[in-house]
Amino acid sequence: MVWIEEEKFYAKGYNPGMRRILSEIGKRFSHFIEETGKLSIILIQAIKGIFQPPLRLQENLRQMEEVGANSLPVTIITGAFTGMVLALQSFVAFKRFNAESLVGTVVALSITRELGPVLTGLVVGARAGSSMAAELGTMRVTEQIDALSTLAVNPIEYLISPRLLAGFIMLPLLTILADMVGIIGGWFVSVCILGANSVVYIRRTFDLLEYQDIYSGLVKAAVFGFIISGVGCYEGFYAEGGAEGVGKATTGAVVKAYILIIISNYILTALFF
Amino acid sequence: MIKLIEVHKIFGSNQVLRGVNLHIHRGESMVVIGQSGCGKSVLLKHVIGLLRPDKGQVFIDGQDLLSCSEKKLYEIRKKFGMLFQGAALFDSMTVGGNVGFGLREHTLFSQEEIKKRVQEKLKILGLSGIEGLKPNEISGGMKKRVGLARAIAMEPEILLYDEPTTGLDPIMADVINDLIVRLKGTFQVTSLTITHDMKSAYKIADRIAMLYDGRIIEIGTPDEIQKTKNLIVQQFITGSARGPITEREEMNGIKNEIVG
Repeated sequence: MVWIEEEKFYAKGYNPGMRRILSEIGKRFSHFIEETGKLSIILIQAIKGIFQPPLRLQENLRQMEEVGANSLPVTIITGAFTGMVLALQSFVAFKRFNAESLVGTVVALSITRELGPVLTGLVVGARAGSSMAAELGTMRVTEQIDALSTLAVNPIEYLISPRLLAGFIMLPLLTILADMVGIIGGWFVSVCILGANSVVYIRRTFDLLEYQDIYSGLVKAAVFGFIISGVGCYEGFYAEGGAEGVGKATTGAVVKAYILIIISNYILTALFF
Repeated sequence: MIKLIEVHKIFGSNQVLRGVNLHIHRGESMVVIGQSGCGKSVLLKHVIGLLRPDKGQVFIDGQDLLSCSEKKLYEIRKKFGMLFQGAALFDSMTVGGNVGFGLREHTLFSQEEIKKRVQEKLKILGLSGIEGLKPNEISGGMKKRVGLARAIAMEPEILLYDEPTTGLDPIMADVINDLIVRLKGTFQVTSLTITHDMKSAYKIADRIAMLYDGRIIEIGTPDEIQKTKNLIVQQFITGSARGPITEREEMNGIKNEIVG
């Protein structure tokens, strides 16, 4: 049946291969539109849920602990070593034109404006985003999300709202910490290992650092936190197909969050200029 | 109490429900039987509004689930308790947390009061003293009973059972059947059960309906169903491998081969 139809098209000059490609593109496009719609609905409802009673303080705190407190070690290590390597690299580079005294400035600016928020976002994305997708995905495939609905509790408000709020609040806080340990790490390498003068280094660090640098980094972090929770919850919430589906959702959450963070980072930086 | 009128549901190209009509009276225990994958679970999810019909209507106490607002839908759901096939216990909470979940969310009872009610419900189901355990620390049969305790914690008017005896040993299956019958006696609930376990169906049903090919093809008391003249129903309730159901499946297989 099908090949007769294609033969007819072929005779008229249509290319059956082309037709298949076009229908595939169409399918992908409509799928994309559908996903975007579903994501928007979920996010709007989840944001509403943050402000509507019941406020579920305990659940909010639990998620903040999960996203924030439990990400402390990995954030501290990432921040400290990034600051240290930055000091080392820029020292080597600046030595070539005798500008070693600027190392402190470079470290402080790169960390607060760029590396603090972005690296924290990526690290927490991998940690908390994937765990949200896995947890919600498992809840979906074992019907726990349906069970919430049958107990007359809106699963979006119960599960997604606290996670969204936690990402939005905890990411900037973690970034402040990453900024601090990053700058300390840079100071440690410069002063204790490379032998720079501590007083000069500290003055250089804070002389050129403006509020705007820190604050733009924190706004970025809040956006990244929103992305991580939003994508992680969305992927998990609509997972289907058992263990395999949960695996796919988890991978999808990390990959999509990474891509969105990297792209939105550029856009936000451009906006702040 | 529960009324389904011409309910249609399509998933992709698969027409699961093709016009289901079902009327369940107050206080009645209705059992829907049918093969695996015939749409029984889909039917059940329509009753509590987890799925929306593509065509048709669902009424609960005269309230149309399709046209009511989301807020109203959640209000209506408070009348329900549902036991899931895999129990669907929240594994982040203890047994006590699971059973008391509805009470914590929807009532202003004190911690003490909730604890008392949880213990009371667990006792009805013969599960005293396990409030502190996590769902992964208890057996499958216990999970089902905890699921049942969670479903009745808010003392609902309607109970939905999704294959309550599937995956349990025969003795535990009968324990669950007994509990279902007892709950009906004590709380005067209306219930809708879906199952393919005929022994269970005969025991708990006031009426049995058979879902086949997306429609209810037969409905009657357990006695009437046992004496049915309908060959399809006969094949299903006697559980034989030969009969109109399997013949039709074979025909479909041959048809697919020719077309495909």
